[in-house]
Amino acid sequence: MPDLPKTRVMEKSLFSRLYGPRGWIAVAVLAFIALVVFPLCNIAAPAGSFFHISDYAVSLVGKFMCYAIVALAMDLIWGYTGILSLGHGVFFALGGYAMGMYLMRSIGHDGVYKSDLPDFMVFLDWKAYPWYWKFTDNFWYACLLVMLVPGALAFIFGFFAFRSRIKGVYFSIITQAMTFAFMLLFFRNDTGFGGNNGFTDFKRILGVPIATSSMRMTLFLLSAVVLILMLLMARYLITSKLGRVLTAIRDAESRVMFTGYNPVNYKLFIWTLSAVMCGIAGALYVPQVGIINPSEMSPANSIEIAIWVAVGGRGSLVGAILGAGIVNFAKSWFTVAFPEYWLFFLGALFIVVTLFLPTGVVGWFSRFAKKEVKA
Amino acid sequence: MRKFLRRFLACALWIAAFNCLAVTPDDLGKLALGESDAKEAALAAIINAGDESAIPLLQALMDDGVQTGPDKKVYIVKDGKGIDAATGKVVDPLPDNLEDVVIANVMRKEIGVAIAALRLTSPDKSVRLAAAKELQGNAEEDALPALAKALAKESDPEVKAMLTLTQASIQLHGKDKATRITAINALAKSNNPNTKTLLLGLLEKKGDQYTEADPQVRAAAQESLNAVQSRLSTGERYAQIFSGISLGSILLLAALGLAITYGLMGVINMAHGELIMVGAYSTYFVQNLFKAHAPGAFDWYLLVAVPVSFMVAAAVGMVLERVVIRWLYGRPLETLLATWGISLMLIQGCRTIFGAQNVAVENPVWMSGGVEIMTDIVLPYSRIVIIGFAFAVLLLVWVMLTRTRLGLFVRAVTQNRSMAACVGVPTKRIDTWCFGLGSGIAGLAGCALSQIGNVGPDLGQNYIVDSFMVVVLGGVGQLAGTVYAAMGLGIANKFLEGMAGAVLAKICILVFIIVFIQKRPQGLFAIKGRFADA
Repeated sequence: MPDLPKTRVMEKSLFSRLYGPRGWIAVAVLAFIALVVFPLCNIAAPAGSFFHISDYAVSLVGKFMCYAIVALAMDLIWGYTGILSLGHGVFFALGGYAMGMYLMRSIGHDGVYKSDLPDFMVFLDWKAYPWYWKFTDNFWYACLLVMLVPGALAFIFGFFAFRSRIKGVYFSIITQAMTFAFMLLFFRNDTGFGGNNGFTDFKRILGVPIATSSMRMTLFLLSAVVLILMLLMARYLITSKLGRVLTAIRDAESRVMFTGYNPVNYKLFIWTLSAVMCGIAGALYVPQVGIINPSEMSPANSIEIAIWVAVGGRGSLVGAILGAGIVNFAKSWFTVAFPEYWLFFLGALFIVVTLFLPTGVVGWFSRFAKKEVKA
Repeated sequence: MRKFLRRFLACALWIAAFNCLAVTPDDLGKLALGESDAKEAALAAIINAGDESAIPLLQALMDDGVQTGPDKKVYIVKDGKGIDAATGKVVDPLPDNLEDVVIANVMRKEIGVAIAALRLTSPDKSVRLAAAKELQGNAEEDALPALAKALAKESDPEVKAMLTLTQASIQLHGKDKATRITAINALAKSNNPNTKTLLLGLLEKKGDQYTEADPQVRAAAQESLNAVQSRLSTGERYAQIFSGISLGSILLLAALGLAITYGLMGVINMAHGELIMVGAYSTYFVQNLFKAHAPGAFDWYLLVAVPVSFMVAAAVGMVLERVVIRWLYGRPLETLLATWGISLMLIQGCRTIFGAQNVAVENPVWMSGGVEIMTDIVLPYSRIVIIGFAFAVLLLVWVMLTRTRLGLFVRAVTQNRSMAACVGVPTKRIDTWCFGLGSGIAGLAGCALSQIGNVGPDLGQNYIVDSFMVVVLGGVGQLAGTVYAAMGLGIANKFLEGMAGAVLAKICILVFIIVFIQKRPQGLFAIKGRFADA
């Protein structure tokens, strides 16, 4: 990258660059709620009291936070760089599967067939683990895979796609084709990832039983910490020079090229990073929900990720997190209260947001706030 | 004609007169009372005589309807009435103390063969064919003379081929080497997959010894086997090409509408699959109307269903264009999301109205059945009709785009919207019509799909990725590209399916497209020229 004259943005200290004083206070308050208040309400408050938060709510919010990480990743690539990916569900699921492999192996002999191998392999009459299952009994190796596998896939896919200047809708459609291909691949029993049923019935993680409330709380806290770190990292990225180039690519890619930047490298970097973030989110998600199967890879799921971001507000990191929260909360509520109407609601959400709320909830609020000030 | 009649009459008289006398009293006795060896000999004699009039007796034996009296007389008994088998006269009342003739299962099979062998002389072709089928795989050496006799007389090629095959398969195990070789050579001409197993059986090794000891015979068998195999694999290849073209024509139908909305208008319509579903459900609806109100004309309900499914889908499409898509022109990614939302609502709407289960759409009678080009290879009429239909629709679209005023306007708007508007083309109305046309074609695709697959709310989801692949591969704005891409993908898919299984084939195709797009981002048939970067 050629040396550029230092801008005013660059001269600020890292701390003040990320957020203003009010922003930092907001982040701190949210972190406090997630890391202190929420756990306290779960552990200390007695059941039945107003402040009590059930274990179910803990795992639900934990799940939402994983989704929020995915939404952040999606916002980086779509909201800031203008590349609509319909394949982020695959990266998420691959991270989940990588963690799932470790969890499957740590079941040990406690499966239905009491065998060395996971039940589904016994069922297929396999005698040994396939080569790609090697070392997955090591937790840290699995953690590495969580990042490496989605990252490598994204890098290879992105390298070819961006190099041949595939962009816009074309890119979206071939990411959807990739998603579809992966879903079909993972539905096969012979692929070695449990076919339809995927991985489930996990027993323990690092030797600790998985279905206890303390484990649930640990995973919850871990997700919260990762989410906050991811938010800060994303904020760091988009306020950096790199972030500005990304936004420029979104707005006028040709001009970026004409001013001497190679957009391919930037796009490839943010694309791969985004995939790795999804992988991590998937790895946090699987132990919390206790199952991973190929339906996570369905094209519909990947498009839903886009709508989280669109609802919250593209080009706003907080918006992405908010959007993931709003849509998924609505989903859990609807699918219990009116299961028939959820798809109507989701469909309408897609239409309304694209037609009337191009900047999402965050943009709507800020416009509302500005009007208030004027009045 | 007269000669024939006379002969026929003579024949009939003769049969009436001698009735069961086709079986000599000696044989009859052996058959009814003898041990199984004697029975077999009697059967062989009957087959040799080749007289059809023995069939009732044999059939009665099979049905356990033959009884013997104490005086060794044989009666065919049915519903309490008896016929003397030797004289053919009705015996009433039946004598007492009759005993059943018990037929062992082994004998039963041989009697079946004998009946079939006798039926080979029947003047009715279908009876002969059925008999030949029965003999295939069941007949043994006893039947050879009857077969040879029948073959000499047989004129129908189908029956003849079957008989030759049967004869050869019996001769294969004969004692004479020359006969075996002739038989093997005869087998080489067969199209029947069974010959393969037959010949393979000869070449098999049991322990150290071949089933067929003579190396010369084995060599002949190998040669015949190769000939049969190559012919069979050619047949299979034709069948694969056919099913590939059939799949291609379905893809073509599904993608043709998309080629218009996406290719010409640049609108990413993720609800395209659901418009196909709308067409399929319209067909279902029309079918039900016919069932309820005009069952007599049910065979022709498709004639109504085709325009109805076009109109309904087109109407839905035009409403969508007016209400949603119009506001999103020039923002393809937003269009993608909004139309995805529409597709979700259509799916759920369909579930609410028609239920989540698949509904049954029946084929009209003239579309069931098929053409048998070889044994075991049948081309269904429904598939053939759909291939024709796909190309008819293609022709219609082509005519519409190149020969009509609407087509001219559409092309004008596609090439240069503002210039077209300047010379007075109502661009917004053209957009609506164009989208309606694309959607209507999706409806036609749905009508066609309802004839060969399940109709359910998820119908469209199965086709959306595929049809986008076709359009992307074919190149945007190109009808010819769409046709080549659809056919190419269809045939490639079927061939890969034969080699690697359905799922892997699909994955291979998707990977191929992803790689292909890297090489030629504009698709197979790119419009030549320089494009400004949007």
